Amino acid sequence: MSTTPIVNISTLNKWYGDFHVLRDINLEVGKGERIVICGPSGSGKSTLIRCINALEEFQEGEIVVDGIELGPNLRRVDEVRREVGMVFQSFNLFPHLTVLDNCTLAPIWVRNIPKKDAEAAAMKFLERVKIPHQANKFPGQMSGGQQQRVAIARALTMNPKVMLFDEPTSALDPEMVKEVLDTMVDLAREGMTMLVVTHEMGFAREVANRVVFMDAGQIIESNTPQEFFANPQHARSKLFLSQILR
Amino acid sequence: MTDLSAPSFVRQDLVAERAAPAKTTGFIGFVRTRLLNSPGNILLTILGLLLAWYIVVPTIKFLLVDAVWAGKDRTACLAEKAGHEVGACWPYIAAKLTQLIYGFYPEAQRWRVNLTYGLGAALLLPLLMPRLPAKGINSGLFFFAFPVVAFFLLHGGGIAGFGVSWTAGVLQLFEQSVGGAGDLLVNLSKSSAIAPLPWALGKVLVLVGFLIHWLIFPLTWLRDQLQLSSLPVWGDFLVTAVIVSAVLFVLGGGMRTGRRALVGSLLTFAGIAVGIKLMGLDRGGFPIVDTRLWGGLLVTLVIAITGIVASMPIGIALALGRRSSIPLIRIFSIAFIEFWRGVPLITVLFFATYMLPLFVPGNFAVDGLLRALIGVAIFTGAYMAEVIRGGLAAVARGQAEAASALGLSWWKTTSLIVLPQALRYVIPGIVNSFISLFKDTSLVSIVALFDLLGSLRASFSDPNWSTPTTAFTGFAFAGMIYFVFCFGMSRYSLFVEHRLNAHRRH
Ligand SMILES: Nc1ncnc2c1ncn2[C@@H]1O[C@H](COP(=O)(O)OP(=O)(O)OP(=O)(O)O)[C@@H](O)[C@H]1O
Ligand SMILES: [Mg+2]
Repeated sequence: MSTTPIVNISTLNKWYGDFHVLRDINLEVGKGERIVICGPSGSGKSTLIRCINALEEFQEGEIVVDGIELGPNLRRVDEVRREVGMVFQSFNLFPHLTVLDNCTLAPIWVRNIPKKDAEAAAMKFLERVKIPHQANKFPGQMSGGQQQRVAIARALTMNPKVMLFDEPTSALDPEMVKEVLDTMVDLAREGMTMLVVTHEMGFAREVANRVVFMDAGQIIESNTPQEFFANPQHARSKLFLSQILR
Repeated sequence: MTDLSAPSFVRQDLVAERAAPAKTTGFIGFVRTRLLNSPGNILLTILGLLLAWYIVVPTIKFLLVDAVWAGKDRTACLAEKAGHEVGACWPYIAAKLTQLIYGFYPEAQRWRVNLTYGLGAALLLPLLMPRLPAKGINSGLFFFAFPVVAFFLLHGGGIAGFGVSWTAGVLQLFEQSVGGAGDLLVNLSKSSAIAPLPWALGKVLVLVGFLIHWLIFPLTWLRDQLQLSSLPVWGDFLVTAVIVSAVLFVLGGGMRTGRRALVGSLLTFAGIAVGIKLMGLDRGGFPIVDTRLWGGLLVTLVIAITGIVASMPIGIALALGRRSSIPLIRIFSIAFIEFWRGVPLITVLFFATYMLPLFVPGNFAVDGLLRALIGVAIFTGAYMAEVIRGGLAAVARGQAEAASALGLSWWKTTSLIVLPQALRYVIPGIVNSFISLFKDTSLVSIVALFDLLGSLRASFSDPNWSTPTTAFTGFAFAGMIYFVFCFGMSRYSLFVEHRLNAHRRH
C-alpha cells in the first residue's frame, strides 16, 4: 500500500454556534487506506466525515482531497464531491426513482455520460453489490440491507477516489448487517480508500489499517486495530471499549 | 388451553383455512355489522335514508319529471300552458346555449373557438394518459405552442416581424427609458437646491443610454433593413432561425455533440413556420375579435387554464425563494406571498381593472381580460407557493444531502430530487387550489367580464324567457358544468396519486 496522502485534514475546527464540535483535528489518509472512526455518541464522528465532502462547513483549518484544497470558504465543493462518495446511515436512496435510475442519475447529470453507457456501468456496480436482478424495483420495495447495498453502488458509479461511510449498518436488522459488511469488505479488498464510522468492531479488526477514536470533538487515540483493541492507551478509549465489547 | 399450559408444545396438525362466518360478509352482513349494529347506528341509518329521500326525490322531480323539454319561448314553461307544475325549463338553456359557450363572439368566427377547444383537448388528453409516449414533445406543444396558437386563433391579428424585430424593439424601449430618465433628472436639477447630484446622475444615465444605443445599433440596423424588404416577417424569421440554431449548435457542443440541438432547433422553427403560414400571421392573421366580446364558458376556461398553468411556476419559484438562504430573495418571496394572500381576489381584480389604467400611461393600455388573467395567476401562485412549501418541508433533508454528495448542483438537486418528491406529497393540495381557482373565475363577472356565470345572469334579463323557474334552471345547468370540471380534476388527481404512490412504501 502506498502512503501518498489522498485526504489531508489539518487543524480543523468547527463550531455550531458557540458549541465547539470539532477541535484541532489532524488526520492524514493514505491512498488505499481503510480507517475506522469510532467513539461515543455525540463525539463528532459524523460531523468530521461530513466536512470531508463539504456537507458541513467549518470555520478554521484546511482539508485537501486529492490535491483539491477545501478551506472555510468551500469554494471548490463541486470538484471535491466528484472525488468523494458517501453512504449514509439512513440510505437516502431517491424513493421516486428506480434502483437503476438512482445509480445513473449522477453519471448522466454530473458527468454528462450518455444514458446507455451510464446504465451499462450502473449494472456492473449493481452486480458487484449482488443485486442486478432488482434494478427496476423502487427502493421502497427492498429490504434495508438491499437498499444500503444499492446506496453503495450508487456512490461507486461516480468512480470516487475516497468512500465515506457514516454508520452504514446501524439502521439495519442484525441479519442484514452481514450482507452490507461483506460488500464493504469486498470494496476494501479492491483497494478503495475508505473512512468508516462504525461500531462493528469485527469489521474494524478484519479490514481497517487504523482505528481512530474520537471523544468530545477530538481525536483521542489512533492506532492499528490489533493494538487499539488489545491495548488501548487512553482512559476514555478503555472505558469505551469496555462498554462496547461487553 | 391444555396444550399451551404444558411446558412444551409442538403442533401436530396445521389448522386448515375456513370461510368467514356468513353473517359477517355480503350485503346482509354489511347491513347487520355496519348499519344496524347498535341503536345509535339504527337511528343514523334512518336519518340518512330520510335525508336522501328529501334531497334526491325533489331534485329528480325538478330536473326530469316536471321539466319542460321543448318550446319556443317562455309560454312553454308556464304552468297554465304545460298543464302541470313546471320544473326545469330546458328549452331556455337550448336557446341560450351558444351565448353560454361563446358569449358575444361573432357567429361567423365561432369555428375559431371550436378549433381552439379541439386543439386543446387533442393535446391535453394524451398528456393526461400515462400510457401514451412522447410526453416531452406533447407537453412542449401544450404548454408553449398551444397558448401562442390559441391567442392568435381566439384574438386574431398578425405579426409585423419576428425575433430580431422584437428583441430590437425591447432593447430600444430600454434604451429610451434609460435616456429619458437621464434627461428628466438633468431638467429637474435646474430647479433643485441640490443640483449637482441629480445633474451628474442624469448625465451618467444619458451617457449609458447613448452607449446602449450604439451597442444595439447592429441589431436595430438589421431590423430596419429587414422591415424595408418585401417579406419582412419571413426575412426576420429566417435570420432569427439561423442565429438561434447556430447559438444552440455551439452551446450544445459544436460538431461533436451539438447535432441534436441543431436538429431540434431547426424542427421547432419549421413547426413555427407552418403555424405562421397556416394562420396567415404574416398577412394580418384572422380578423381581430376584441376580448370584450368573449364570454361564457370560453372566458371561464381561458382564465382557469391560464391560471392553472401559470400559477405552478409562480408558486414553485416563490416556494423555493421563501426557503432560500439568500436574505433578499427570502424577504421578497415572503412579502410577495403574504401580500397576495392578504388581499381578497375581488380587490385584486378591481385594482387590476380600474386602478392600474390610472397608473400606466394611456398608450400602454393592457387588455382587460389580460389584466384579470395576470391578477388571477399571481393570486393563485401565492397560494400555490404555500402548498408547495409544505411539500418541500416534507422531503427529508437526507435527500438533498445525498444528491449534493453525488455532486449535483443546487439546481439539479432541486429539480430532479427535491421538487418531484415535494410535488407528489402535495397533489391533493395543488388540485384543491386548482378547483378553487376554477370556481373563483366566476368573480371576474364583477369587473365586466362575462364568464359562464356572468353570461348566465345576463341571459336572465331576457323577457322572452322570464318564467318562475328560469333562474333555477340556469343555476342548475351552470352548477352541473362547474361540477363536471371540478369533479373531473378531483378524480384525475386521485388517479395520479395512486399511480405515483403504487411503488412507494415507507
Ligand atoms: N445542526 C446542529 N446544530 C447544533 N449542534 C449539532 C448539530 N448537528 C450536530 N450537533 C451536535 O454536534 C455534536 C456532534 O454530532 P455528530 O452527529 O457529529 O455526533 P456523532 O459522533 O456522529 O454521534 P452519533 O454516534 O450519535 O451519530 C453532537 O453533540 C450534536 O448534538
Ligand atoms: Mg453520527
